[in-house]
Amino acid sequence: MNDVPLLVYLGIGLFMFVTGAVGVVVRRNPVVVFMCIELMLNAVNLTFLAFARYAPSPLVADKQPTWMAGQMAVIFVMAVAAAEVAVGLGIIMAIFRLKNKVDLDELSSMRG
Amino acid sequence: MRLNPLHTPPSIDWMVVSPVLAVSVGGVLALLLAMFRPKADNTAVIWTSLLALFGAGYALVAQLPLPEASTFGDMVYRDRLGLIAQLLIVISTAVVILFSEQYLRARRIPFSEFYPLALWSSAGAMMMVSTKSLLMVFIGLEVLSIALYVMAGMAKQSNRSEESAIKYFLLGSFASAWLLLGIAYIFGTTGTLNIEAIAGAAVSDNALVRGPLLFGFSLLLIGLLFKAALAPFHQWTPDVYQGAPINVTAFMATVSKAAAVVTLLRVLNHALPLKDFFIPALTVVAMLTMIVGNIAALAQTDVKRLMGYSSIANAGYLLVAILAHVKSPDQVPVTTTLFFLVAYAATTLGLFAILTLAAKDGKEETSFADLNGLYHREPILAVCLAILSFSLIGVPPLAGFLGKFLIFQDAIVAEQLPLAVVLAITSVISIGYYLKVVRATWVDEPQGEISTRSVLPGGAKFAALACTGIVVLLMILQTPVSKFISGSGQPSAPLSASANAQPDR
Amino acid sequence: MANDFTPILILVGLAAIICGAMVTLSWVLGPKKVTPYKSSPYECGVTPSGSARERFPIKFYLVAMLFILFDIEVVFLWSWLTVFVDPKMGSAAADLNFQVFSFVAIMVYMLLWIIGDWYVLKIDAINWDEEAALDAAKLGTVLEPLAEGDAA
Repeated sequence: MNDVPLLVYLGIGLFMFVTGAVGVVVRRNPVVVFMCIELMLNAVNLTFLAFARYAPSPLVADKQPTWMAGQMAVIFVMAVAAAEVAVGLGIIMAIFRLKNKVDLDELSSMRG
Repeated sequence: MRLNPLHTPPSIDWMVVSPVLAVSVGGVLALLLAMFRPKADNTAVIWTSLLALFGAGYALVAQLPLPEASTFGDMVYRDRLGLIAQLLIVISTAVVILFSEQYLRARRIPFSEFYPLALWSSAGAMMMVSTKSLLMVFIGLEVLSIALYVMAGMAKQSNRSEESAIKYFLLGSFASAWLLLGIAYIFGTTGTLNIEAIAGAAVSDNALVRGPLLFGFSLLLIGLLFKAALAPFHQWTPDVYQGAPINVTAFMATVSKAAAVVTLLRVLNHALPLKDFFIPALTVVAMLTMIVGNIAALAQTDVKRLMGYSSIANAGYLLVAILAHVKSPDQVPVTTTLFFLVAYAATTLGLFAILTLAAKDGKEETSFADLNGLYHREPILAVCLAILSFSLIGVPPLAGFLGKFLIFQDAIVAEQLPLAVVLAITSVISIGYYLKVVRATWVDEPQGEISTRSVLPGGAKFAALACTGIVVLLMILQTPVSKFISGSGQPSAPLSASANAQPDR
Repeated sequence: MANDFTPILILVGLAAIICGAMVTLSWVLGPKKVTPYKSSPYECGVTPSGSARERFPIKFYLVAMLFILFDIEVVFLWSWLTVFVDPKMGSAAADLNFQVFSFVAIMVYMLLWIIGDWYVLKIDAINWDEEAALDAAKLGTVLEPLAEGDAA
């Protein structure tokens, strides 16, 4: 399995991240924007795991803490992402109840 | 699977985590009480929250003379910077809770979950400032933010509140994704999540270490700049500040800002070898922030939105203080940043406490016209409002002046003349809009029926008077307060030494 | 880079080319004659009725929210459990020590979890009956007059 170099994982991670970021900027439906943010977080998770597995840093002699730290970070990021999903859907539902539609552009009422 | 001799159950120094524990457990208790409260009576919830905050404050003060320590596998760290910042967060939260209840009633927001959420949010802020682990910074930031998203949208009958919630939520999680990618790359280059390792990796001559490190570090900074509302990452601030309920806005302006600024300070302090890289960039950011914040504020007609721009401008001043410190850490202590934060928090909280007058019959009106004739109805509060506005301008005997003056002095000492000049000029510009608030209170007579309440309830009045008192007295108390913040004269752990400590690798 | 993954890459490339060619060629070469029947969504003769952009009840979102939380709970429990069953600390005493410690820690986590679920049940969030679950007064979307203390 070690045939796949670290750079491939990082490349896929960055590609996913940029896809998500572009989606956030381009799309108008909050639910889709939100999915794009999730995509960005998952890209970061992939990056974390790749860094943890390969432990490329020449600065640490003992690789074991790096392996553990990266995996632990991913679990926490997943938990945080789940909390964000719950809160985000809650906010979207609240807006839906108020206006019976959700669209980011129509939503904007404050200017200045 | 490998044997892992490291994973013996750690010995935990409960003292170090006790403030965060007190606040978050207090939040759980407050939630339980809120579940079973008698109809529409939040007294017990409020007292539980205040008690938890008081306990946390006591634990923090008790730890001040203790030496630096870390626990939970270096996840939680105790030093004077963190303790003072946590103390500021705890007190700000308590003040916000003091003036919340009557406001929520007037706005008809039947949301007693506000109190637990405020506690958890400030627990997140406390985690953020009391750690050297980047992962904990992220988790603290998210605990702080996720609770704030809910609080921003708690006025469910108000379009603006919901709009502010979704904007804050989408932009906030967007920014934290960038921050997280930055953390991932720093983790990849240093092999650890500890902030202290950044300095070590920064001096490495290996391009494969330095390149990704700079990439990750820039992204980390962007995330923090967003949270502290610094230009060009400030666009969310006015909308969110205007739309959110006033007590939540006050919370954002003080707790969230303090946490972000102190974390930024800590991160920069541990990346001093990257100085040449980030100081020029952040100097531009600081100038831009001060200019944008102050100029855009001139055109505002809504006090809450004005305070949004004001908070952007103040974040710019804070960045000047931070930059002066990281430019020449030996001459400029971090005391100034914290001192300005205290002055800013007191002023802002007082102002928002008075602004809760705007809530009446389930609505709130916060345009300048709604402040007209305040001196007829509440002469004392009108005086307070004037004093607080003058403090934000920087009129001499008040706290705001002292804070700005110290920052100005620091910038000169650190040889950052351009920043000092921009600071002075934009402060003069700020007279233009803060005086509008004073004018609306004192000069303009009300047209037609007044849409705000005429009497401020007790808790808010107390908060407003106390904050004004601090703002007035801070100048006289400068020496003891600075001493308290910097910890000089204490047997151990003076602030400047701890914040500048270089990692020994 | 001739390694184990080269065949997969070739396969992916071939599949893409063949699929692309089939779609493009039939589009380019085939005769085009549009009739109302052909342009309707179902070419097999079913007349479409109603709008495709039908709303589905918002309560599904609620279920999704709650599901995600349960989902993530399992991530923590599972990763703890894999270590808990066989800690491999080096000695039986150290194993037991670790097991006791981590069990207590995870129980604190579960306690907080149960409080959260209790809250969800208490405010009646998982009620499939839409009328009751989305009652406007309960959700605070109407102005609920409060008992006392809100005098202007």
